[in-house]
Amino acid sequence: MDIRSQTAMVFHLDKCIGCHTCSIACKNIWTDRKGAEYMWWNNVETKPGTGYPSHWENQQIYKGGWVKHGQRLKLRVAGNPTGMIKLFHNPDMPVMDDYYEPWTYDYDHLFEAPQGSDQPTARTISLVTGEPIDVKGGPNWDDDLSGTPDYARNDINLNNISAEDQESMFQLERMTMHYLPRMCNHCLNPSCVAACPSGAVYKRGEDGVVLISQEKCRGWRLCVTACPYKKSYYNWTSGKSEKCLLCYPRLETGQAPACMHSCVGRIRYLGVLLYDADKIKEYANCPEDELIDRQLDIYLNPFSEEVIREAQKNGIADSTIDAAQKSPVYKFVKEWKIALPLHAEFRTLPSLFYVPPMLPVMGTMTNGVYESTTGNLWGKIEDSRLPVQYLANLFSAGNADKIRNVLKKLMTVRYHRRKVTVDDIDDRMIRDSFAETGLTADIADAIYRLTSLAKYDERFVIAPAHREEAIEMIESTDDRKGNTGFGEKMGTRRVF
Amino acid sequence: MINSFLLIGLPYAAILIFLIGSILRYYYYGYSVTSHSSQFLESNKLFWGSRLFHSGIVVLLTGHLIGFLLPKSIIILTSMPLWLMVIEVSAFAFGIISFIGIVLLIIRRITVKRLHRVTSTMDLVVYFLLFIQVLSGLLVAYFHRWGTSWYATALVPYLKSIFTLTPDISVITTMPLLIKGHAISAFAFLGLIPFTRLMHFLVYPVNYLRRRVQLVIWNRDLRESRASRKMREGIKPRNN
Ligand code: HEM
Ligand code: SF4
Ligand code: SF4
Repeated sequence: MDIRSQTAMVFHLDKCIGCHTCSIACKNIWTDRKGAEYMWWNNVETKPGTGYPSHWENQQIYKGGWVKHGQRLKLRVAGNPTGMIKLFHNPDMPVMDDYYEPWTYDYDHLFEAPQGSDQPTARTISLVTGEPIDVKGGPNWDDDLSGTPDYARNDINLNNISAEDQESMFQLERMTMHYLPRMCNHCLNPSCVAACPSGAVYKRGEDGVVLISQEKCRGWRLCVTACPYKKSYYNWTSGKSEKCLLCYPRLETGQAPACMHSCVGRIRYLGVLLYDADKIKEYANCPEDELIDRQLDIYLNPFSEEVIREAQKNGIADSTIDAAQKSPVYKFVKEWKIALPLHAEFRTLPSLFYVPPMLPVMGTMTNGVYESTTGNLWGKIEDSRLPVQYLANLFSAGNADKIRNVLKKLMTVRYHRRKVTVDDIDDRMIRDSFAETGLTADIADAIYRLTSLAKYDERFVIAPAHREEAIEMIESTDDRKGNTGFGEKMGTRRVF
Repeated sequence: MINSFLLIGLPYAAILIFLIGSILRYYYYGYSVTSHSSQFLESNKLFWGSRLFHSGIVVLLTGHLIGFLLPKSIIILTSMPLWLMVIEVSAFAFGIISFIGIVLLIIRRITVKRLHRVTSTMDLVVYFLLFIQVLSGLLVAYFHRWGTSWYATALVPYLKSIFTLTPDISVITTMPLLIKGHAISAFAFLGLIPFTRLMHFLVYPVNYLRRRVQLVIWNRDLRESRASRKMREGIKPRNN
């Protein structure tokens, strides 16, 4: 056993209101710079939709992630030695137009326009060339299903969904959608790390944050190709790639990352998971239908004597083990099993899990009557407006049963709370749903509590970085006495 | 006088500047060493330009290097007419390829507006020098045929003499102007490398071929810190 600690996350999609506050918080802190304007380390997509960059999930186009190659796991395209030849021109790299050309408005014109018979307007001007452009798309152009024929209809997750089901999704009065906030998953088997020729991308041992050393990056851009989530970006000004750093300067001082701290829907949870690094290779390479189960197996029970002993032997601090025991992520992912990774079939073992949305719980139109009652316990799940298979394509590598299980659990919690607060539900129904989902009243209460009442300290359990021993993890306090600050050691301006 | 300046002084200056400059740049301004890829802004035209130019130039440079390091084998090989023909023709072909490449790259730089924003003055110098260099190479190959053979017999001794610190320019001074020009601009080019984007081929990531798939870096030795009874933290591993 080689126990390591990973800072992991859960996003509860039922609670996301699609407000983009998370994206803005991130942009303000990290990517409001020249060359990075187009980057949204955190972005919120509407599903169904093609996302940002357009069609990112379609690996036929972008060739990201890992594939099973006999007994071995292989990067889809990047990786030696073919990747080394493709350095000169990488045919599988998204270009600016796959994201969007960043723009601003010519505000000056509003003040400086000569007197005329028309109101002056602020034209859109490109942040790249500085010239007027005609904006054709943006990072959230498909928000709330706008432009459905171009975006939602082309969602690759609809591929194995019958035309009939698709129609029922898209009929205007029954239209269904949900939001999908995305950021770097800080994967256990990151393909961005594996693909980087310079060895600039690395996983930090202490907390599993995946970072790109700006000093070592030589702009070969293979991480951009290799990340199946397209969460590594190329800065066209500095000639280096950049990605989400999980706000590590904030984490190290015990604060939640900015996107999580600012989240209006309080959908975000962050905590430690202990895992067995020896198992990564085997589990990332397992048959596709086992992917979800194997990934859950990799995370260890932080209460087990043996795990604690092994963790201590590996140098994991007691404070980290303590954080692992209090981790909200552990509860969602391992104890209750109601959070699933996004696109496990990319085989990067992502550390970001999603509680799938309960979209099905809405009525359907029958004979002109809006029908929302059901005799059947799980009726609303089985005949949902949103094909369960669609959620399965996103969150369980295509296995619809896994999604049904989760949805039933979420439903049970609702039945139980309804019983507690309103008490108009049949006892037998509650008993049946507990029996089928394996939940108990206590667990249902715990899920309810963490889902809807949890305060900051319960949602974010951050393992102390022990800054008394190191500044920014990398710099020893002794070496840096009297110094302060975090930031670029050199400007990004091109000298040569 | 002008000969010793251009054929002795300039080469030594260039080599020194190249060596010291690129080491300093790497260690003190390592951050600035990158390919400065512009593919993100324009990809289709780059495909032809970059692939053609690079395949040509990398082969040609390697060819020059082999000729310099193993002149004897090259002399023996090129004394056989068939091989001489094969080498000569393929060298010329790669020359043409990289010439087409550099021309495409220059056209791309000029015609694609977005690229103007990421083009530095030094980039323009690089384009100019590369254009001259590849073009003069092609002209040499055309007007002074069988260069693959005479390079090894006539020029390599001069280059050797430079590197062994016993400069001897008696042979090269008798050579045609075009050849001298090609050699002199090559040295100028060498001296400019530390000040341009050309640094990128010095950092070709050979290590990738033999490194572990995943890279995990510990900033501190956790086991050591945990067990430490000292006031200070444990020993830092030397991996970053
Ligand atoms: C040995 C391996 C080499 C590698 C891996 C390499 C890689 C690259 C890469 C990735 C780019 C950026 C292309 C882009 O815009 O995306 C580039 C550009 C360039 N390289 Fe190389 N290169 C190598 C050798 C050379 C050599 C030997 C020369 C010239 C002597 C050279 C001259 C250039 C020039 C002039 C550009 C700018 C092209 C442009 O943007 O118009 N490279 N190279
Ligand atoms: S999501 Fe992408 S960038 Fe983030 S760790 Fe995984 S492979 Fe790397
Ligand atoms: S801030 Fe929270 S609720 Fe708002 S879009 Fe982001 S994840 Fe969703």
